[in-house]
Amino acid sequence: MSSRIPLPYPRKVLELFKNPKNLGRMEDANASAVAGSLACGDMIAIYLKIDEGKNIVEKASFESYGCAANIAAASIMTEMIKGKRLRDAWNISWKEITEALGGLPSVKYHCGVLAVGALRRAIRAYFKDKNLPKWLPEELTHEEKHALEEEKLMELLYRKNDSGKV
Amino acid sequence: MDMLDKGTEDLLEEHGKPRREVYLDSENSGLIFPEALDEMVKYYLELGYGHPSITHKVGWEAYEALIKVSKLLSSFIGCKPDEIHYLHSGTEANNVAILGLAKAYKGRRKILVSSIEHLSVIYPAESLRNFGFKVVKIPVDGEGFLDLDAFSSLIDSDTLLVSVGLVNHEIGTIQDVKGIVEIVKDKDEQILFHSDASDALGKLKFNLSDLGVDLATFSSHKVYGPKGAAALYIREGVKVEPILFGQLSTQRLWPGVENIPAIAGFGKAVEIMYNNFDKFHSKLKTFRDRLIDGIFENVDHVFLNGPKGEKRAPDNVNISFLYCEGEAITVELSLRGIYVSSGSACTSRILQPSHVLIAIGRKYEAAHGSILMKVAPMHSIEDVNYVLSQLPQAINRLRSISPLKP
Repeated sequence: MSSRIPLPYPRKVLELFKNPKNLGRMEDANASAVAGSLACGDMIAIYLKIDEGKNIVEKASFESYGCAANIAAASIMTEMIKGKRLRDAWNISWKEITEALGGLPSVKYHCGVLAVGALRRAIRAYFKDKNLPKWLPEELTHEEKHALEEEKLMELLYRKNDSGKV
Repeated sequence: MDMLDKGTEDLLEEHGKPRREVYLDSENSGLIFPEALDEMVKYYLELGYGHPSITHKVGWEAYEALIKVSKLLSSFIGCKPDEIHYLHSGTEANNVAILGLAKAYKGRRKILVSSIEHLSVIYPAESLRNFGFKVVKIPVDGEGFLDLDAFSSLIDSDTLLVSVGLVNHEIGTIQDVKGIVEIVKDKDEQILFHSDASDALGKLKFNLSDLGVDLATFSSHKVYGPKGAAALYIREGVKVEPILFGQLSTQRLWPGVENIPAIAGFGKAVEIMYNNFDKFHSKLKTFRDRLIDGIFENVDHVFLNGPKGEKRAPDNVNISFLYCEGEAITVELSLRGIYVSSGSACTSRILQPSHVLIAIGRKYEAAHGSILMKVAPMHSIEDVNYVLSQLPQAINRLRSISPLKP
């Protein structure tokens, strides 16, 4: 097969891969979003239960179709935002996620980016029928654009290589 | 944070020691016959550790070892000992074959390679585009067999070289190379034919002069010999210019000190494979089919990549698991002591899924969820049963994490 990357995952990645925290669809979520695509082989779903009065993330959970780093990134992010004000959750960066995991190989940075993209989409979805808070930018952030690009890539690839087979 | 600065000790500690270990990643090297290793040690410590071009006892012994392996290898694959050239790896042999021919033959400027060739065939061919060559990939069908009509129409008077592997390294397709060579030579005898036969050596019986190929690649680690040795068959009369230059060697295409211990170990491994051919061949096929059938019985939403039955390499199992991702499968199986590789983009530096699976028409999610396993003569039925006991649980766990559901 094609060339492989050495994957000296930090211990934390393997730990969360084996026992992911906050895994699974959340039935009482009041905000959720999916980011990523089949084409790239990574996809993250984020579910949030937001305290509407206090604008605080009460609970967060995830599902992931992706590599071990992808699963660990989504899992640790849900840990990091639990109990946080929405505005602070919004500001979590992919670099903080990568650091919390103990570092990732550079080709896996996009796992953190995708996790943040999914989270921001969920927060944006939460405010869909509400007044946008001042801290929430109208323009899509880099991480949200990254998710969009991945999804567009899938369309492009399929148009180019549409075989109709599985 | 640069991960390369860190060791993997911490990671391995978290990984833990599984209760059984089954290495199924012979595609990417690993297993060696102990006898081949013994042979290597002998040539490091006891005899022939000198340079085979130098006139002293250990030099002569080294030269003798080289000749011995060439005679042995040629007797199994149907060529002359002089037609075997040693190199360091299959990748290097494929590069030397393609780039060396391009240097040696002026005039013709078209190279045809099958779209499922090893990247060490495709990439050197493509690198020649910068030197005025046209490279065309020959399409294959859903099982990896060459599309012969399309192929015929691609051959023309500008064609220098056709490269089609005998056994595909990823999906195990056994190509009708003899028939394909006939198509080529019927059109134009001057067109040269190279075949990467790395996955055929020791696992199939074939005769190079019967196949009619001009060049063929063989790799030591694929016959459970040591890493660091390979052979390139070049039919007498075919010109290959060196692409590497140096001082002193018995090998025109390998300047520098020949790796005699690795070549000796390679020879021993080939000898073991062919001396036990019937026993190993039937064992591999039994294990292969037990794995494939067992997975199909116990896991839903799976696809076999490559053909079934006699046209599939005896050691090759390549299966796509939908709704989970291949890199995660390799890590999950590793925690259970089962070592496999995947065609997923996530295991590749360029984040592209396996070009072989895309060429046979698999969709991206099937390529991302693909797992390649190669059974080996040193495996036992208990190993195979262990894999079958763990694999469905591994897939179920990953599917339970995934937002994608059947």
